[in-house]
Amino acid sequence: MIKLTVNGKKKSFGGAPFKRLIDALREDFALTGTKEGCGEGECGACTVLLDGEPVNSCLIPVCQAEGRKIETVESLGTPEKLSKLQAGFLACGGAQCGICTPGMLMTAHAHLKGSGKCDDKSVRTALAGNLCRCTGYQDIVKSVISAAKGLK
Amino acid sequence: MSVGKNEPRRDGPAKLTGRALYLDDVNIPGCLHGVTVRSTVPHGKIKSITYDPAFPWNECVVVTAKDIPGKNVVALIEPDQPLLADGLVRHREEAIVLIAHADRATAYEAAKRVKIEYEPLPPVFDMEKSDKTFKSYTISRGDVDAGFAAADVIVEGEYRTPSQEQAYIENNAVAAYEEGGILIVTGSIQCPYYVLKAMKQIFARDEKKIRVIQTVTGGGFGGKEEYPSMIAGHAGLLALKAGRPVKIVYDRHEDMAATTKRHPAIARHRTGLTKDGKLVAQDIEVIMDGGAYATLSAVVLSRGTLHAAGVYECPNVRVRSRVTMTHTPPNGAFRGFGAPQTLFAVELHWEKIADVLNIDSLTLRRRNIFKLGSTTATGQKLLESVGAEECLQKTVKSSHYLAKRKEYDRWNKNPKNPTWKGIGLSVCHHGAGFTGSGEVYLASRAGIALTKDGGLIVLAASTEIGQGTNTMFAQVASDALGVPASWFSVETPDTHKVPDSGPTVASRTCMIVGGLVNRAVKELKAAFEAEYGRVPRTPADLRKAAAALCKGAPARRFEVQYEKPPDVTWNDATYQGDAYGVYSYAAIVVDLEIDKLTYETRVHKVTTAQDIGKAINPLLAEGQIIGGSTQGLGWALLEEPVFKDGVMINATFTNYVIPTSLDTPPFEVILVEQPYSRGPFGAKGVGELPMDIPGPAVAAAIKHATGRLIPTLPVTPERIAQALKS
Repeated sequence: MIKLTVNGKKKSFGGAPFKRLIDALREDFALTGTKEGCGEGECGACTVLLDGEPVNSCLIPVCQAEGRKIETVESLGTPEKLSKLQAGFLACGGAQCGICTPGMLMTAHAHLKGSGKCDDKSVRTALAGNLCRCTGYQDIVKSVISAAKGLK
Repeated sequence: MSVGKNEPRRDGPAKLTGRALYLDDVNIPGCLHGVTVRSTVPHGKIKSITYDPAFPWNECVVVTAKDIPGKNVVALIEPDQPLLADGLVRHREEAIVLIAHADRATAYEAAKRVKIEYEPLPPVFDMEKSDKTFKSYTISRGDVDAGFAAADVIVEGEYRTPSQEQAYIENNAVAAYEEGGILIVTGSIQCPYYVLKAMKQIFARDEKKIRVIQTVTGGGFGGKEEYPSMIAGHAGLLALKAGRPVKIVYDRHEDMAATTKRHPAIARHRTGLTKDGKLVAQDIEVIMDGGAYATLSAVVLSRGTLHAAGVYECPNVRVRSRVTMTHTPPNGAFRGFGAPQTLFAVELHWEKIADVLNIDSLTLRRRNIFKLGSTTATGQKLLESVGAEECLQKTVKSSHYLAKRKEYDRWNKNPKNPTWKGIGLSVCHHGAGFTGSGEVYLASRAGIALTKDGGLIVLAASTEIGQGTNTMFAQVASDALGVPASWFSVETPDTHKVPDSGPTVASRTCMIVGGLVNRAVKELKAAFEAEYGRVPRTPADLRKAAAALCKGAPARRFEVQYEKPPDVTWNDATYQGDAYGVYSYAAIVVDLEIDKLTYETRVHKVTTAQDIGKAINPLLAEGQIIGGSTQGLGWALLEEPVFKDGVMINATFTNYVIPTSLDTPPFEVILVEQPYSRGPFGAKGVGELPMDIPGPAVAAAIKHATGRLIPTLPVTPERIAQALKS
């Protein structure tokens, strides 16, 4: 039995230990906010935080999360009460089709929690592992910077 | 007033919190996983299909062409593409056998245990060597031979553009199940009524017994225009045979290798000009690679042909085009739909002409560009909303194009500098809506429903695929009625609930379908005024008014149908007349730098002005422009599907590279709004226009930087190295 914390709640997982973390989250914990885009760690749509660090959940076996903390998009705000970061995306046009959005948000969330800078270059560098085909990134970068200003 | 405001997108909160349900997120109880066994030869006869006796086939549902109750065809334009290959395969990755199993991994394992033997037939991969032409067109204006005879110079050029993968981040996904005798198909779909049309033939059922419902869709860009009909047919066959729901969700590799892409194209220009740069003759040949089946090739070629002469007036024009069959997976719809290929040629050709005449390409463009009253190659007189010059003017000014050209000339002369710098320009038009008589044939419908308790529901089959359809519809409806946009909801595209508004393609959703919504809401407004004395002012007032108008019925619908403007004429036989009701226009300047050691190109800035008539929601419109331009930059610099023996061998994101946040420059977007009298609040199309011309602007900037005209996309470091060697 694998024990882990998902979005602040203690969970145990009794399935195959090498099941991909994304599948465990989506199928066993019904957290379908985490999306699969490529299944090989290139697109970042499946990004979740593992002990606060962004990882591709399609590349990680669930056993690697034993005793560790997972955060998914469901840990941020709700439709009625968006987090500052989510509200920034809504105001600045950071989401279009929305499929890359949960992964993009988790990477940006980790970046904002880190002590790093929050200017155009640092945000672009932080998000370089998350592919978006709709926005051309500019409005995503604006969304993150605007949220960072709101958080200060 | 809502039009012109940045109303937040309606689907935003659900998408931002992970609550939006894409098909793979939808929990369908008892659902099986469907997988597809595909051809491994590009052309051949199927000799046998055998199933490994060691595998427990009793756990699976297996479907072949024999299981199709109706016609084995994916109905679109030509009835040539089978839903499942039967006897003959015409391309790699063609679907032959379908398998469903409760466990996804076991379904994939089962697919490996099917053995198909072929008698190979010779394949054709060169579009110019194909002996089968799906469609050809000729446009003729004036007398081209007389034009060339009168020309001071004649400049020839050949331009090649590659295929391109749509690369939506949500792969194709469709589920099917039967409920109360109705076959329900649901999934990631751009055009629900296209799917319905195909399903009717496959299952020999009428539209009452088939229901197509869109789920939240993670990008389309044309890639989910026609192919979902194929997957829907597959899921439906499996579901009916299994008596259980079946979901088919492609993985990235399958999606890239098997589904439609942009048509590779060759365009050849022969251009006659006076010595001061006035066009006197254009002779253009266009060839596109259709792949193995006709799909949408005829209409892709049509749009490419109609845009081939560019945004310039020329008295003598001939465009001859054809799309041929090859043994690769069929090519299909992709944002721009044939226009980016032909616009690449006509725009980059100016750089060649500039060298011959020793007049810069900006001046040449200005001497020939469409103005109010200009006549196009099809004889269409441009009578309103012609923003080409304004876009060019604003882009040149804002990008400091002229100053930077001189500055970079100086920089490039110094051999000690580690880079070359370049700045390049392009201009284009993009016809909004279906070509020629297309909108008349579509006869689209849309409407508004007023429920007895005061619900206002926009009814249209146009899908929200990220571009902001639902938000835009509510804003149009809001201003048409003069009430807040928040009073309106937008119905999910569901063929049992919404009328056929035509497909969500061709930059037509805002201009054509938005126009229908505007008209329908105005009918509702007239009914409020006639039957209630006024348009309701508060939500409570709306409920009272609704009760009065519905007269006890649960709801009242106001539906309208597209009507051909009386003065728009088009002749399909001669390809003369008003090819489109109106055109959108764009100009773009790309500012870049090339490393002299690695030949890597870094785009520093993109400046673009786009005349879209009216931005119903400027933030969403700019999102279309920046996103579409980024796809254009990807096509120009990075993206190239590599084919070997008829199959894409770089069918993963690892080696099919699309732009990341670090590859993408800052964009300055200038919205130009020259209103179109027939568009809702003046709006024209915006969806495809931004994809059209980053390619030639990049190639022109690289020409400025290196002195070499590279007529083939993408302009990779390898192509630059090759060009510099010669």
